[in-house]
Amino acid sequence: MGIEVRNLVKRFGALTVVDAMSFEVQPGELVALLGPSGGGKSTVLRIIAGLETADAGQVWLDGARVDHLHARQRQVGFVFQHYALFRHMTVAQNIAFGLDVRGVPRAEQQRTVERLLQVMGLRGLGDRMPSQISGGQRQRVALARALAPTPKLLLLDEPFGAVDAKVREELRQWLRRMHDAVGATTIFVTHDQEEAFAIADRVMIIQSGRLEQHGTPLEILDHPATEFVARFVGDVNVLTGRVHGDHARVGPLLAPVSGLPDGQEVHVVLRAYDLKFWREDPGVATVRRVMTIGDRVRVEALLDRAGPDGQPAPIFAQFPRRSSLLHGVEVGCRISIEVTRARAWPGVPPEPAS
Amino acid sequence: MAERILRKPAGASRLVFALVCGWLTLLLVVPLLALVGAVVQDRSEVLRTLLSAEARNALLLTLGVALACIACNGVFGVAGALVLVRQRFWLRRVLDALIDMPLALSPVMTGLAFLLVFGRSGVLRPVLDGLGVEIAFAWPSVLLATLFVTLPFTLREVALVLEEVGDSEEQAAATLGASPWQTFWRITLPNLRGGLIIGTTLTTARALGEFGAVLVVGGSIANRTQTATTFIHAAIEERQEPAAFGMALILAAAAILLLLFMQGLDPTQKRSPAHGD
Repeated sequence: MGIEVRNLVKRFGALTVVDAMSFEVQPGELVALLGPSGGGKSTVLRIIAGLETADAGQVWLDGARVDHLHARQRQVGFVFQHYALFRHMTVAQNIAFGLDVRGVPRAEQQRTVERLLQVMGLRGLGDRMPSQISGGQRQRVALARALAPTPKLLLLDEPFGAVDAKVREELRQWLRRMHDAVGATTIFVTHDQEEAFAIADRVMIIQSGRLEQHGTPLEILDHPATEFVARFVGDVNVLTGRVHGDHARVGPLLAPVSGLPDGQEVHVVLRAYDLKFWREDPGVATVRRVMTIGDRVRVEALLDRAGPDGQPAPIFAQFPRRSSLLHGVEVGCRISIEVTRARAWPGVPPEPAS
Repeated sequence: MAERILRKPAGASRLVFALVCGWLTLLLVVPLLALVGAVVQDRSEVLRTLLSAEARNALLLTLGVALACIACNGVFGVAGALVLVRQRFWLRRVLDALIDMPLALSPVMTGLAFLLVFGRSGVLRPVLDGLGVEIAFAWPSVLLATLFVTLPFTLREVALVLEEVGDSEEQAAATLGASPWQTFWRITLPNLRGGLIIGTTLTTARALGEFGAVLVVGGSIANRTQTATTFIHAAIEERQEPAAFGMALILAAAAILLLLFMQGLDPTQKRSPAHGD
């Protein structure tokens, strides 16, 4: 099912939660709505499902306008953040509910339930109550329940937010496989960028009710459209610099930039993995901390003259654990820095993302 | 831990234990035993008076009124709680406060107020006369007064559960294609079960025990508006102690049965939240 959203606006009192948002999702795509909490992602999802009414704008599903349709008429599968399982029904009854209210015969209901229990790895749990199964299992029951009436569109609101990290990783891979097997257009909301980039075909970055960027994970990582996106995605340094030709000067560093007028003051966004550090005296910075995080090493340093009034400014980078660049790098030593890739935006930066 | 708590109290705590037991015995056990003793002593007389038409009619009226209150409060309690919890309107706060009024008002006052509406010179008298309906000093007044005093129980209990349960399950039902009617019967109502049971139990207890309001508005007319409680009152006035003892024991037994019923339910264990972790 293809989706088109045009100029969607939603206000709660004086607060505009969704601000003139427009986008399209192609049939069969797996799309992530990614952004900081409170940015309006869930509200967009709920408007598409018919659980919330927009103040302005239109929602089209498969070329038909659906704004006047009640949630039950839209045939959209919805997975709620906290599952919303029917607590007085068994797992099997939960999954069968969407079929039962549509008058599907008992025998067929039972077949569908059995098949879904099997596919979801929930065999033998059909007679349990929701309170008697684990969080990850509840999540899968919620998914099975949404999938039972074979919706052409599946919407998931922070689907893996309430389970622990290991289960989350499993469910993630599993959602991707489900999507590829079932083929329903799927949109999920998340504030976890790793989750979005790991499984989505396309990612929409949403902040303060606005769509900041819409693209493939690689497009967003390599060509952030706005300073917000550049700062939000990945671990970044943001430093103030000034443009000289095709470089921005940040203290003693030169960062390659393009398309900005000479002399312009800019905010330079430097990804932790777009920097090279190596031990060299006199160099440009002093190492303050070296931390090993799993298979990576994070090095924090103070960069000479890069802060306001020529003060040193903090800068950090990450390297593979066995990287030759780390040779001899230790707390207190001097290092040189090379910027392999940078982005710069003029003017005052937006508030940093939470 | 459990062993420590269950261990016999020692020293100062033994004194507290004795005090609590003594207090409960004095207030709860002794009066009840006295009642049982009195009934046993006068058993033939008690039996005779309880088999009288007055006693039977009083019990029947009390039972009928209690059942009617359970039914009315069941329907109105669920509807009222849905309005109060789910809908936002400008008079909500006022309504919310008004619902508790029967708990705060003395039942005698309630009876008096009802008399001013339905009584001989009441404001609704012309209408009622025109319709040929008698309310004051007839059984409808007993029903109305009892409905008034039992109004908050079911509504409050159901509202509490409704608040706790939230509306996400209903939203899920809607996305799965359920109509509002299907959602109400299959999702909302089953979720309210615990609140309905407790509310109904409290309603029953109050309906069986109501005295002041039904006395004032009904006048305790034997075979017409006399309830179990006003029957006891009349029996004491007329120095018919065995009748009073017998009826009192029946009410006490009903109350104990209700309490046991509530204990057996143990809502803390029955109410297993699907989302709780």
